[in-house]
Amino acid sequence: MQGLSEFVQMVISGTAIGCIYAIVALGFVLIYKASEIVNFAQGDLMMLGAFLGFTFIGIAGMPFLLGLVLAMACMALIGAALDRIVLRPMVGQPVFAIVIITIGIGFVIRSVVIALPGWGSETYSISAPYSGTASALGGVAIGNELLAIIAATLVLILALYLFFRHTRLGIAMQATSQSQLAAYHVGIPVKSILSLTWAISAAMAALVGVLLAPITFVHVNMGFIGLKAFPAAVLGGFGSIPGAIVGGLIIGIVEALAGFYLPEGFKDVAAYVLLLVVLALRPQGLFAQTAAKKV
Amino acid sequence: MHVPMTTSYVQEIRLVRHGADGIWYGLLALAVLAAPALASEYLLSQLSVLAIYAIAGVGMMLLVGYAGQISLGHAAFVAAGAYTEAILRAKGLPFALTLPIAGAVAGALGLLLALLTARLAGLYLAIATLAFAFIVEEVLTRWEGLTGGSSGLAVGRIALGPLTIDAEWKFYYLAVGLLVAVVLGALNLLRSRTGRALTAIRDSEISAQSMGVHLALYKSIVLTASAALTGVAGALYAHKIQFITPDQFTILMSVELLVLVVVGGLGSLHGAVLGAAFIVMLPQAIMVLRDVLAVSSKFQIGLDAGVYGLLMVLFMLFEPRGLYGRWVKIKLYLNTFPFYRRATFRRQRQYQKSERLR
Repeated sequence: MQGLSEFVQMVISGTAIGCIYAIVALGFVLIYKASEIVNFAQGDLMMLGAFLGFTFIGIAGMPFLLGLVLAMACMALIGAALDRIVLRPMVGQPVFAIVIITIGIGFVIRSVVIALPGWGSETYSISAPYSGTASALGGVAIGNELLAIIAATLVLILALYLFFRHTRLGIAMQATSQSQLAAYHVGIPVKSILSLTWAISAAMAALVGVLLAPITFVHVNMGFIGLKAFPAAVLGGFGSIPGAIVGGLIIGIVEALAGFYLPEGFKDVAAYVLLLVVLALRPQGLFAQTAAKKV
Repeated sequence: MHVPMTTSYVQEIRLVRHGADGIWYGLLALAVLAAPALASEYLLSQLSVLAIYAIAGVGMMLLVGYAGQISLGHAAFVAAGAYTEAILRAKGLPFALTLPIAGAVAGALGLLLALLTARLAGLYLAIATLAFAFIVEEVLTRWEGLTGGSSGLAVGRIALGPLTIDAEWKFYYLAVGLLVAVVLGALNLLRSRTGRALTAIRDSEISAQSMGVHLALYKSIVLTASAALTGVAGALYAHKIQFITPDQFTILMSVELLVLVVVGGLGSLHGAVLGAAFIVMLPQAIMVLRDVLAVSSKFQIGLDAGVYGLLMVLFMLFEPRGLYGRWVKIKLYLNTFPFYRRATFRRQRQYQKSERLR
């Protein structure tokens, strides 16, 4: 039975990390669906969000939830500003231009964080009210940090689902993602919708950053987790929201199992090996959303 | 403005289009040959680094600038070339043999990647190459028996038969000579049937396919060629810095190579060399900037990355055609003075290029 409970433990912690990948990947997918822009700075936005959370909770001493909400609000503003100032002039430009510009944004965010007094390149931690405790689920002990991540992801997915299904704004966003031109013609303010998409995506990044902080600490390089979320997003087919979530979970669980059962080193590349294999077999990801291309 | 009249195919594919170009390239060649007599040891060393980057840049330019395929994993090929060179040189093989083998090993890796990704394009390809580079980096770190792991490998000097490359100027001539050979080879490739197929793929995969271009075949060819050239650059790089560890070949290097071609100017071999000059000079410029602003050393790392990122963003926003594009604009301005119109180079927006539809 020892082996089985270890396996369950691995699967659950993999699920929690997978939820992190899934939310970061969701951030990619939302922006990609709305504007065909791949935001390589998503990981760095997450890092910035975690630092904001650390400032509100750790330095200013606010309650955890208030700090989290404030960090998300600030990041939403930053996301909208990024879209307005940097990305809007790039609409309709080739893919590589946008890839490079978002990588550049990531670099700038990192250097700003290093340069700001009180942040810098040291490691900080945020203590959540639940950190350091564990719950027992049928004989398996799970850290509450992991459970919080899983719970937050479920809430977020439900909220996003309701938002996209039942609100005017959500439906307008869906329309924009299907065809910007047609959406514009029926009177949807496409530009504001794009800014809003960036705001939502950046706020989600802040949420992930703050939730991840009790597990991995807050530091400048935590943005590299964004690079793990790429395989998650691609695995699910880049334009698909359920795909991103499933992709994130698959990557998280595979990584946890590879780290436990395979020799050292496989954990770090498991996600990428899986990605290459899936892409070689199914070039459009697992949940492809394709139609015939018009020339 | 000088508009060359083309009356025959041979004229169209000539390497030197008209006389004035020939004179300028001749002068450039003289300056390059005379550099060791005029430049200091340090400057010469920087020029060698420039030549190495330019070789990798030509490889990258073939892939990104001419075939329109994005790679975020070229550091893997630099690493493959560098490690092959280091290991084979340690076994005592002559340089004349190890350099082609280094290129071939990197090319074989490129072919392997091409087989996996032949059906991908655009974004998916970029992320697949990224994943590939991470895997190669991890293998280099873990395969300690072969690569020395993270403690690295020392690389010996180059010996060409009885001739040892022990002085800076000898290495300079070697690097520049290889660069010239690579550029001429690339020019030759680009004016052939293959070269035209690559440009066709870049401009529209569907049109290219309808014209009978075998997409997967030509994509594999260009990825293999690009990887091989980058591998050759990697072999030279190993000799230049004389000590290699896996953490030199991270995603940052891949991004650096992508920035090289974009800043240089996509779709021109001039751009590859200009971009290499930019990449080599940028750290020096940042150093000067740091001294002028008297930035404390605490922010040093942040400043480097920040300037780098800011330049990437600004170039994309304001000079998407890169340094070579700027040169073309200046030339046109002078040629057509006072009738130059900015709108000549205005970017066309393409709204309907959805990746989701294919």
